[in-house]
Amino acid sequence: MDDLLREFLAETVESLAALDSALIDLEKSADPAALQSIFRVFHTIKGTCGFFALPRLERVAHAAENVLARLRDGELEAGPDVVGAIFLATDRIKEMLSALAQSGAEPRGDDRDVIARLEALGKAAPAPADEPQPQGAAPARELAVASETIRVNVALLDQLMTTASELVLTRNQLLQVLRNDMRSTFAAPLQRLSQVTTELQETVMRTRMQPIGNVWSKLPRLVREVARELGKTISLDMRGSETELDRQVLELIRDPITHMVRNAADHGIEPPTERARAGKPAVGRISVNAFHEGGHVVIEVTDDGRGFALDRIKARAVSLGLASEADLAALSEREIRDFVFRPGFSTAERVTSISGRGVGLDVVRANLERLGGTIDIDSAPGHGTTFKIVLPLTLAIVSALIVESGGERFALPQMAVLELVQVGGEHKIEWLNRVPVLRLRDRLLPIVWLRRLLGQSRGETAGEPIVIVTEAAGRTFGIMVDAIADAEEIVVKPVGPVLRGIPIFAGNTILGDGRVVFILDPAGIAAAKGGVGISAAATPAAPVPAPKDHGEQFSLLLFRAGTAGVKAIPLGVVGRLEEIDLADVEFADGKPVVQYRGRLMPLAAMSSDTFAGARGRRPLIVLAQDEDAVGLVVDAIEDIVEEAVAIERPAGQDGLIASAIIAGKATDIIDAGYYLKAARGLGQSRKGPAPRHVLLIENNAFFRTLLVPVLRAAGYEVVSVASVEEARALCASGKSVDAILADEDTPGIEAFARSLDSGEWRGKPLVALADHGDTEGRFPAAVQKLDSRALLDTLGRALRPQDAA
Amino acid sequence: MRELVAITLAGQAFGIPVEEVRDVLAPPPMTPVPLAPPEVAGALNLRGRIVIVIDLRKRLGLPPLADDMKPMCVVIEQADELYAFLVDRVGDVLRPADETVEHGTAVLDPVWRQVAAGICRLEDSLLVVLDVARAVELGIRAAA
Repeated sequence: MDDLLREFLAETVESLAALDSALIDLEKSADPAALQSIFRVFHTIKGTCGFFALPRLERVAHAAENVLARLRDGELEAGPDVVGAIFLATDRIKEMLSALAQSGAEPRGDDRDVIARLEALGKAAPAPADEPQPQGAAPARELAVASETIRVNVALLDQLMTTASELVLTRNQLLQVLRNDMRSTFAAPLQRLSQVTTELQETVMRTRMQPIGNVWSKLPRLVREVARELGKTISLDMRGSETELDRQVLELIRDPITHMVRNAADHGIEPPTERARAGKPAVGRISVNAFHEGGHVVIEVTDDGRGFALDRIKARAVSLGLASEADLAALSEREIRDFVFRPGFSTAERVTSISGRGVGLDVVRANLERLGGTIDIDSAPGHGTTFKIVLPLTLAIVSALIVESGGERFALPQMAVLELVQVGGEHKIEWLNRVPVLRLRDRLLPIVWLRRLLGQSRGETAGEPIVIVTEAAGRTFGIMVDAIADAEEIVVKPVGPVLRGIPIFAGNTILGDGRVVFILDPAGIAAAKGGVGISAAATPAAPVPAPKDHGEQFSLLLFRAGTAGVKAIPLGVVGRLEEIDLADVEFADGKPVVQYRGRLMPLAAMSSDTFAGARGRRPLIVLAQDEDAVGLVVDAIEDIVEEAVAIERPAGQDGLIASAIIAGKATDIIDAGYYLKAARGLGQSRKGPAPRHVLLIENNAFFRTLLVPVLRAAGYEVVSVASVEEARALCASGKSVDAILADEDTPGIEAFARSLDSGEWRGKPLVALADHGDTEGRFPAAVQKLDSRALLDTLGRALRPQDAA
Repeated sequence: MRELVAITLAGQAFGIPVEEVRDVLAPPPMTPVPLAPPEVAGALNLRGRIVIVIDLRKRLGLPPLADDMKPMCVVIEQADELYAFLVDRVGDVLRPADETVEHGTAVLDPVWRQVAAGICRLEDSLLVVLDVARAVELGIRAAA
């Protein structure tokens, strides 16, 4: 095949790929620009085919061009029949092109069907006698663009990438040698070589990056066809098309994404009648969204369809023998939804021509995992489904810290590192029932001891360990290692299949000195059992009873004090852990205080005789912060656990919130607010004469009981309700409030927030309580639910503008 | 006729199809892999490629090699990945006649049967032909 023809093929395939979305645009809005670009594609094909003597292609392109000319002249309208016929022509041209690419000759065949359909559109009109001419300037501009880009075989780019990676490794080896002999005459040229290598590597990487929009260009047509076949109306919204990905990754996610969008259109979105019954808009929405987040690429496929019905998943899991009814009862909703990723699992009652082609979500997940990615489902029955794909940039060359643990080296991507803390002095590691915690500024940071996590045998370490403060999977925690050995650029290679089940490794690489090291995955470490804040001892052998309430996970500090049994206090209200000598306790105004950080800190205890005569050192839980700090003297700190708490009974006793089963034991949960108040002295409101009224909307009874005392202790008058409806009723009853705190997930809360523009509570600030303190801009003010200090700060700030007014 | 690289493990002869073998070498220093299946002896760098080392004695449930003995590495390629088998000794390349190879492996114990492609009757002994693809399939048991 001659080069000219090859170039024609490549160019035509490319312009046809862009045609799909242009045609959809045309159908939607009769956009003249879209029409012009479509017209030009067919015109070019027709003209070039004449040159190459490809009569079949020429005839089809010509017929399509005529239709487009009539559209342009207003003789026809861009209805579904017109667009459908042009799609048909596009398909026929594609078929012929692929045959042409294989054999080098135009295939034999008959296109009268396609041409007849094109010609039959509207009233039969003769082909225009004068050929429409492309606009004068257009060819020149296209030519200019063409001369700036060249076509390169991707295999060549891959080869280039591999070579660049090897060069990086060799460069690293040379730098290693140089480090031992700094005065070498090679030092200067090596530095230069190093720089050039880095530039080369970055440039090569860039040549392989492509916008994800390339993969998406086929989705509008896919959705349109599925919708038409099933008699649905679906709008597709694509955001972040410009997000760039390595083309190898891009190729591998093409099928999974197409599959998920097809699934959403076919199974997710309901037929119009069903949507009408459910009170939803007739037009179903599918949105595809891509963005970069913390060194990963996130792709979300969302539909507003029927969602996954847990009952049907359960029934299917039982009928497939994947789980028994009893097993299912113990699983979380998320774990149940996870079944849809099992091979052969489909809850679709019918197999349509669109989906159900034997490619299931299991294949989707397997493909993504081959890339080191993850996929999660979030679904609310009746409201829709979101698939979230997170892809690491596995092919990237990343900066990494080389750390030592148990005599071995590991790499940790710098991306995940927030700071490094040398243990010792002010930064002490405390052991709470064999679980390490670091005091870092005013926080208690849970620590994963890498050596223990990896099951490495104890070895002597020289010097104090180092804690790498890391953020992953929405949590901040420390990874404790023996030492930091180095920082190096590494080429991430996926681990072999034998090791792929080890979640804490993101890959492996070869260091400058030639040795193989494994790359730690902070997200995997956070998720690993025996990881953050969960002690081996606290993991019960028997299954924990299923949570009765919402079962949200949160951290509790367990301790012993006063009466027998374990007590717990939410970690969010704990400022620091200290130790005091009871001999240092003084009395001011008859109340126990201790000198702490240059001021007198009031003290409280769970048993009244603690300060009378007892001697010796005792652990001290410092509640709240700075001037507000109060010390709670306890007998022993036991542990920090992270659990879903099952409330057994609300407590009827002062100072207790409730009893709950924690780590398999009945535990009293302490009301921090009660002790804050007791130590400061009752009636001594610190917030000035007029207490502010706060309304708390929180549907979880446990959080309600937890937050109210904290707010009261800070001097607020608090009313709490469980739903927006109750809040509205309160408003209607004429109750006045100064601010509203509301859980971000309360049904109807967004509408409620908007309703504050008018009415009785007009202009009252609303602070959203979020699990992670981020509501993606849905609310003007948001704060993490269990961070009492941030909560009070945010609330105080929200109230301030009113004070000024 | 199929060619086999003969290896020895605890006195028993095994054969690895010669077309699977990429290299034979004395084991270079290797990186231990925490949390890996026990059969994984480590990972090593072979000319810029990362090779997972599998201790075939452990894979077959045999006792460890005596401390004073030095094992050998047989590097094989499977599904685009390189693996190295730790073996006691590497012998000659054999060309057994087709009729001497039995494909039934029912006489073997279950663990051996998993990784055996057949049994070859040599003049004075029996040789187990390794199914390399199965030999590198390890269950992840120690995953954290």
